[in-house]
Formats: sequence, C-alpha cells, structure tokens
Amino acid sequence: MTTNRLISILIPIISVILGLIAGAIIMLISGHNPIEGYAALWNGAFGDQYTLGETIRRTTPYIFTGLAVAFAFRSGLFNIGAEGQVMVGWLAAVWVGLAVDAPMYIHLPLALITAAAAGAVWGFVPGLLKAKLGVHEVIVTIMMNYIALYSMNAIIRNVLTEKKTTTAEIHGSASLASEWLQSITYFSRMHYGILIALFAAIIMWFIIQRTSIGYELKAVGFNRHASKYAGMNVSKNIILSMVIAGAFAGLGGAMEGLGTYGTVSVMSGFTNLGFDGIAVALLGGNNAFGVVLAAILFGALKEGAGQMPTGAGVPTELVDIIIALIILFVASSYIIRWALLRFKKEGK
Amino acid sequence: MKNRKFITMFVLILSLGTLLAACGSDDKGSDSDNKDGDTEDFTAAMVTDIGGVDDKSFNQSSWEGLQEWGKEHGYSKGEGIDYAQSNDKADYMPNLNRLIREDYNLIFGIGFELKEDLEKVAGQYDDKHFAIVDDEIDAPNVASIMFKEHEGSFLVGVAAAMKTETNKVGFVGGIDSPLINKFESGFIAGVKSVNPDIEVEVEYAESFGAPDKGKIIASNMYSNGADVIYHSSGGTGNGVFNQAKDLKQNDPDRDIWVIGVDRDQYDEGQIGDDNVTLTSMIKRVDVAVEDVSNQAMDGDFPGGELLEFGLKDDAIGFATTNEEAITEEIIDTVNEWEEKILDGDIDVPQTRDETKEFVDSL
Repeated sequence: MTTNRLISILIPIISVILGLIAGAIIMLISGHNPIEGYAALWNGAFGDQYTLGETIRRTTPYIFTGLAVAFAFRSGLFNIGAEGQVMVGWLAAVWVGLAVDAPMYIHLPLALITAAAAGAVWGFVPGLLKAKLGVHEVIVTIMMNYIALYSMNAIIRNVLTEKKTTTAEIHGSASLASEWLQSITYFSRMHYGILIALFAAIIMWFIIQRTSIGYELKAVGFNRHASKYAGMNVSKNIILSMVIAGAFAGLGGAMEGLGTYGTVSVMSGFTNLGFDGIAVALLGGNNAFGVVLAAILFGALKEGAGQMPTGAGVPTELVDIIIALIILFVASSYIIRWALLRFKKEGK
Repeated sequence: MKNRKFITMFVLILSLGTLLAACGSDDKGSDSDNKDGDTEDFTAAMVTDIGGVDDKSFNQSSWEGLQEWGKEHGYSKGEGIDYAQSNDKADYMPNLNRLIREDYNLIFGIGFELKEDLEKVAGQYDDKHFAIVDDEIDAPNVASIMFKEHEGSFLVGVAAAMKTETNKVGFVGGIDSPLINKFESGFIAGVKSVNPDIEVEVEYAESFGAPDKGKIIASNMYSNGADVIYHSSGGTGNGVFNQAKDLKQNDPDRDIWVIGVDRDQYDEGQIGDDNVTLTSMIKRVDVAVEDVSNQAMDGDFPGGELLEFGLKDDAIGFATTNEEAITEEIIDTVNEWEEKILDGDIDVPQTRDETKEFVDSL
C-alpha cells in the first residue's frame, strides 16, 4: 500500500523532470542555453510580485477545471466538456454581474451560484444522455463545447451588447478583484478567487472521501455493474457526478469573468482552460490536492513560458513543445510506473 | 529501505534543479540591471494579437515597421526593439507588463483585441507611452492609430467586380466586429458600385488565427460559384490562399482569385507559374508604426490623439504586383473611383446599415 502510494506520488514528479530534461535537450539542439531558458521560465513565473500574482491568477481557473475533470473521472466519466462549462459559467457570472444591482454580500454569491448552476446544466445534459440512453459522454461533452462557444458569442453580440465584441465591466459589487491584492503585486490581476478555488478543492476531497455520496460515486467508477448489484442507483450517480463536475468548471469560468477580466468577450476559439484541466487532473492523479499542485505547476509553466522568448530568446513555438513534452510524459505515466516496478523487482 | 533511497535520489535531483535555476536567475538579474543602466535611448516594442508575428498580414506588417525603425536607429531584436507574441487572450496583459518591466519607452498593442488590457495598463503606468492599432483609447499617454480600411476595401471591391465572370464574389472576415465590418462594408459598396447585380457572399471565421476554418469557408464559396474572395482575417486568410492554390493546381485553367489584406500578399498566392492573388488591400501599419515611433522619439508623441490614416496619406491603397491579373483596364477604373473618393463624391459606408443605404441608393 505504501509503495503504491509512493509510486503514485513519484510518477508525476518523474514526468515533470523528464519533460524538463527533454525540453533542455531540445533547447540545446536548437542552439539555446537551457539554463538561461529555464531561468527565464522561473523568473517569468516567480521572479517578482507581479509575476507571482499573475501565476496565482492563472492557477485559479486551472484548479477548478482540474477538479471538474478529476471529479467526473472518479465516477469513471471523461468530462471533456469542462471547456464549455467554463464558458457558460463565465457568461452567466458576467451576466448576473451586469444585470443585477445588489449589495456585495448578495450580488457576489449570486453571481457565483449562477455560474455554478450554468456549468451544472452543461454537465447535466451529457450526464442524462449517458445515464438514460448510454450515449458516450466524450462525444456529447465535445459537442456541448461548441454549443457553448457559439451560443456565448451570439449572446454577447445580440443580448449583452449591441453588436460589440466585449461587454461592459461588471458592477463592483460582483467583482472578485481586489485593489489591495493588486497593489501588493504591482497591478497583477490576482484576485480573491484563489481562496474559493482552494475551498472548492477541500469540498471535493470531503465529498469523495467523507460522504456516502462520494462513496457511491467512486463505487460506480470502479464497477458499474457491481454498484448496481449492491443496490446503488447508477443513473443518478452518473448524472450527479457530471452535475457537480460542471458546477466546478462553471465556477472556474466565474473566476475569469468576475476576477480576471470583469467582462466577457466574443471568443474566436476555446479558452483551453478546460482542455488543460484534463492534463491538470491527470497530473494530479485525480486527487483534490494533487489537482491543486498540478494547477500551480501549470499556472507557473504557462505564465513563465511568456518570459522565455523575451528573456532568453527561446522561440514561443519551442516553449509550447516543452510544455507539451511534460504533458506527454505525464500521460505516459504507465511506462514510468512499469519501469519503477521493474526497477524495484530487480533491486530485491 | 528501498523507499528511502528513492526519496533521497529525488530530493537530490530536485535540489540540484532548484540550485541551477537559482544560479541562472541571479545571472539574468544582474544582466538586465546592467542593460537598464547603460542604455538611455528611446526603445519601442509591440504585443501581437493571437494571429502571431508571422501572420503574413497585419502583425507582420507592424513588426516590419518596427524593424525598419530599429534599423534607422541601430537597434535589433532584443536590443531596443522587441515583440511579445500572444497565443491567447489571457497573454495580452502579461505580455504588456513584461515589456513595461523591460523598460521599453513606447509599447504598441497590435489589434483591437488588446483594447481593454492596454487601457488598464495605460492607466497604471502613466509615465509610459502606448499606442493601439485599430481602436481608440481615450487616455493622455495612448496614441490611437486607425485606418480608413473601408476606402481601400472599396477599391479592391471595384477590382473584384471587374474581374468576376460568375457575378459572384466572396468576403471572408476574421471576427464579426465593428472593425472588420468596415472592410466588409467598403468591399460590398465597391462591388455594387460597378455592378449592382453581383452577389457578395459574406462569411466570418470568428478567428484571426484559424487557417483551417478559412480553407473550409473558401472551399464552400468557390464551389458555390464565387470566383473572387476578399479576405480580411489575418492568419485565417492563409487558409483561403491555400484553398485557392489547391484548386488552381488541380485545374490551372480555372480562373479563381484571392484578394489579400494589410500587406501585398502576392507571394502568398504563387503556385507554380500561376498566381491567385488578384490584388491586396494595403494598409500600411508599418508606416504608421514607424511614424509614431519617430514622433515619440523626437519628443512629440501624439498621446491622446486619434490618428486616422487613409487614401490621402498613402497609408491605404491596393497592390498591382500581379500584372497578368490586374490589367491596365482594371487599374484605370479603380483609379477613377479612387479620385471620386478623394474628391469627396463618394462617402464609403463603414457599417452594415450604411451599406444597405448606400446600395439602395445606387
């Protein structure tokens, strides 16, 4: 048991290290200094208060989308739809932020709840189709992403604004942004959302580990038929799992809408928050605290990557390759697991 | 026991990594400090939108302008001029801040997508100069650079109307927005001014960086009978060129054309001995970027002003590089219309409502 646990902690760490080594080799081959490159990456993510604030800001939605994917995965469902759930959450949060006039203690929670509800609805549809008709959730969630993207663009253009591409700024009473946080981080866009994100991670841990609902969800994930035989309502659990996952992702969208931007804009493509959430969940081992750590890593990599072209002359494309390599090694964790076990056996 | 070995090994590797990173960052820190101390010259940098600096269009043109300006003053990339490329919307703010912290005196935001972020940053750093291309920001330290794209689009619309044999032409836009609507409006007005019976098919790709979508849209338009497509979609337009070249390669006798945007996109249209680029609506972002950089360097930065570049300033025009395609006859006609616009006989529409009025009045 302890060795298993150790291995599952080691795998992501080894993956990241292998990814960084592979990235260094690529930088060497293409004639860049890897130490300089990684120093720029580090400085870009943690170099001063501003980048630190921005890294935390970027981490916040990753925690939510990571949780959204991880939660569904615990019940054996692949939630590829975190992307769409983020978008509807974002839109809903900004909509409430614009349309409602109320004091902060009502307005902000209302905006957050609406965002969670919007995400939940976006999770409910694939959950229902999966539970009742057996339609594969991967296909439905992917399609729901497109529905979210184009509906959102249409609503921004025609309902929230008059043919503009960006809405007005939300009322201050719904905003998560904090002048105090901005002032200590040289005007980074860091906002209070990180606290909500950490709280959400605790909630996920609590639901999964400490409640009978969580027990049932996990049981369905392990073996659907056995759960049914044990008297659990499999359909209900599938739907519930997708709804909660959707709510997490919806909140992730609210972080962007209420915290980072304060607006919502017409998007030309996906935000990638949801897709990166898949990698975050994978790297975090579908565990709430693992997700938080993985989200921090992702936030730091993405934020720091921007510094590599200007700081060390490493082209942007190379940075993308390095990040992709890290994900690749995480995804091929099976090989690392196999190697570790093999290594262990021979050692005995 | 084994476990302990594992842990020791990884603690070692991790600490080694941290150590290396720490060394590196120290070096870097002192390095940039030196640079700040030595140079007192006026420097400029730009943040691209998601099209990227090699979009063969508007970002590239801006960077060319900045490079040209850098050459005049002995700068090269990283030394006095630089760009930061944005891969998505979330990158704009960090990129702007990165350049601010690297102490560039003038920072360009390329594209209307950067408006909100640039506005915020300009409020926070009121000792820095900023410039936005393609939108207007009302702040004392921001110069707004805009172009009369509708005028240039009108002219290429005239050329398209002269060239089409199927009486059907297409327009591919990037994001459906007031800016790109200017291109669309001018183009439609130009086409209809020559022949009101020509049909204009309008499609938006909803992205400036999606050549795949551009290719699909172009494929549909060409198979629906359109023979000239005007694209105003940044990097997405590369897909339009791609499709046109594919069709041309399969059937060299087929007459299909693309009208480029922002830069002379003649090179993009070359396929074997043929070239599918009829003309390009040229928008000299490079001239504007160079211009504003020079003004700022000389101490009269046009902060708070809206600079509009149009036909009059030779900042808008059309390309005549493809001599086989754009015949003397077409050029003469286009020039006639250009005179009319310059004389004020025609007020080229800028929005869909104005276009409707314009077309109805023909």
